[in-house]
Amino acid sequence: MDTPHKPSAWSWWYLLFAIQYVFVLWPPLYNRVEPTWIGIPFFYWYQLLWVIIGAILTAIVYFATEHRGRHYSAGS
Amino acid sequence: MQNVNWIALTIFVLLFALITWLGFAAANWKKGDLELLHEWGLGGRRFGTVVTWFLIGGDLYTAYTFIAVPALAFGAGAVAFFAVPYTIIIYPILFLVFPRLWQVCHKHGYITSGDFVRGRFGNRWLALAITITGIVATMPYIALQLVGIQVVVGALGISGTGIASDLPLIIAFVILAAFTYSSGLRAPASIAIVKDILIYITAFAVIIAIPIEFGGFGKIFAAIPPSKLVLASPGPNTTGAYSAYATLALGSALALFLYPHSLTGILSASSSHAIRRNAAMLPGYSFMLGLLALIGFFAIATKLDQLPEFAAGFKEFGNNFAVPALILHSFPSWFVGLSFAAIAIGALVPAAIMSIAAANLYTRNIHREFINRNPTDRQEAQMAKWVSLIVKLGALVFIIFVPTKFAIYLQLLGGIWIIQTLPAIMLGVYTRWFNDWALLIGWTVGIITGTAMAVAANLSPTYSLTLAGFTFPGYIALYTVILNVVVAIVLTPIFKSMAAAQPPIDQTLATDYYA
Repeated sequence: MDTPHKPSAWSWWYLLFAIQYVFVLWPPLYNRVEPTWIGIPFFYWYQLLWVIIGAILTAIVYFATEHRGRHYSAGS
Repeated sequence: MQNVNWIALTIFVLLFALITWLGFAAANWKKGDLELLHEWGLGGRRFGTVVTWFLIGGDLYTAYTFIAVPALAFGAGAVAFFAVPYTIIIYPILFLVFPRLWQVCHKHGYITSGDFVRGRFGNRWLALAITITGIVATMPYIALQLVGIQVVVGALGISGTGIASDLPLIIAFVILAAFTYSSGLRAPASIAIVKDILIYITAFAVIIAIPIEFGGFGKIFAAIPPSKLVLASPGPNTTGAYSAYATLALGSALALFLYPHSLTGILSASSSHAIRRNAAMLPGYSFMLGLLALIGFFAIATKLDQLPEFAAGFKEFGNNFAVPALILHSFPSWFVGLSFAAIAIGALVPAAIMSIAAANLYTRNIHREFINRNPTDRQEAQMAKWVSLIVKLGALVFIIFVPTKFAIYLQLLGGIWIIQTLPAIMLGVYTRWFNDWALLIGWTVGIITGTAMAVAANLSPTYSLTLAGFTFPGYIALYTVILNVVVAIVLTPIFKSMAAAQPPIDQTLATDYYA
């Protein structure tokens, strides 16, 4: 096993996750038809767009936090 | 129903034969001793980032999802799209909580959530409650996967009377049971790769071809009645459809990774690293699910349910027939065979993982804990293989003899029940502060009030909570898990003061939760 390093439970980067919770869990923000995009009502393309934004935010958090310490893997 | 579609049926059978072969061949993949439970039931924890992506994707985005979400959109409109915010907000939870759980489970050789709770809290009764909740919530889920197979087999034009009508389902079940028994988790992991490729092809073909057929998305959505196009605006003194939508998404997200089959997928990863990466990669499936939800609207626009050739299908399967009908309506036979095979195989993957997960739970946390305390490794793995057969047989019998709506009701209740394991598992990953008996009482209160609210709401997922003349319709699972946590928080200091002399039992160390 790796040399033990100080457990670091919290990173400020995790706050990026809160953004998507606010933007997708507050339906008044997006519950409307206009503006449409290639004929798709706002309600639908907005939420599909947040799938992509959410994935990007998660990737940012991953790259920002993952370099701290090597990771132990089961492949031994 | 209509005549048998031979071209579609031939493609369907060929693809099924391919994955049957793959399921058995998988026993030799990443070779391990399949007579050990962690090899049979967790694939030896050897799946890297990419295989984990396919496995968890195939595990969570089930055939039933691909049938039921568009069916809900077809029937109820915009509210069905809650599946999208739901699958957005699961990934921060996966990223933050579950690598910790993977670490501690890997360190101590835990295979199930019951193992973790037993080790963390030292209370076999709390672990038993977690275990039974997991098994009971999983059973109707397996049954619903079989419904997915029934719908596409029916849509291929195969019908019969009496036991003959169930023959295709029984054949699929025997194949599933046999390769799960012989290859364990390696079978669904390898099949998931084929299944996911087929599902992606189907989803993109539908999302591109149908709007072209119609002359653009604009024309499709113009044909949707306004009541289905967006959520209804709340009236005075209520949060209306808004709170129902948001709480359904949040509650479902909190419950998802508590299901035994989700945890089995997560624990089979080769590192906590692979899990974090997947939190950023799995939204690929969410995006596809969102596209598939739109298929429900295509079905409304096509007025499929009014076409005479589909009348029998809608009569037999209800709105669940919407996706197969749309594919039959718009695509050539060979593509129908491919996409129906994708759906049917998409049912086998999660059904296999669910039965393995339930078998692991029974073997580790009921049989080993209460019946035979010192099994050999081989006895333990053999027991799990047999239980996986019994679990699947139970699901098959259920779906053949009991009306489908009861499986749907039970699956709904299963979501409300499984979330009650959140304090012990997800909060337990962070803190040993809770008293084990307080957690057990919180669980009991959550299960009882959740069930009562669901019954009071006529077995619908949302309950209208009224406070000071203001109404909050919301997902019962979310309301009752909050109650569960409050009960556990209130009772913990009381129980601790009663048993102040004993230090809490905990096998795990704070450092076990980190890489």
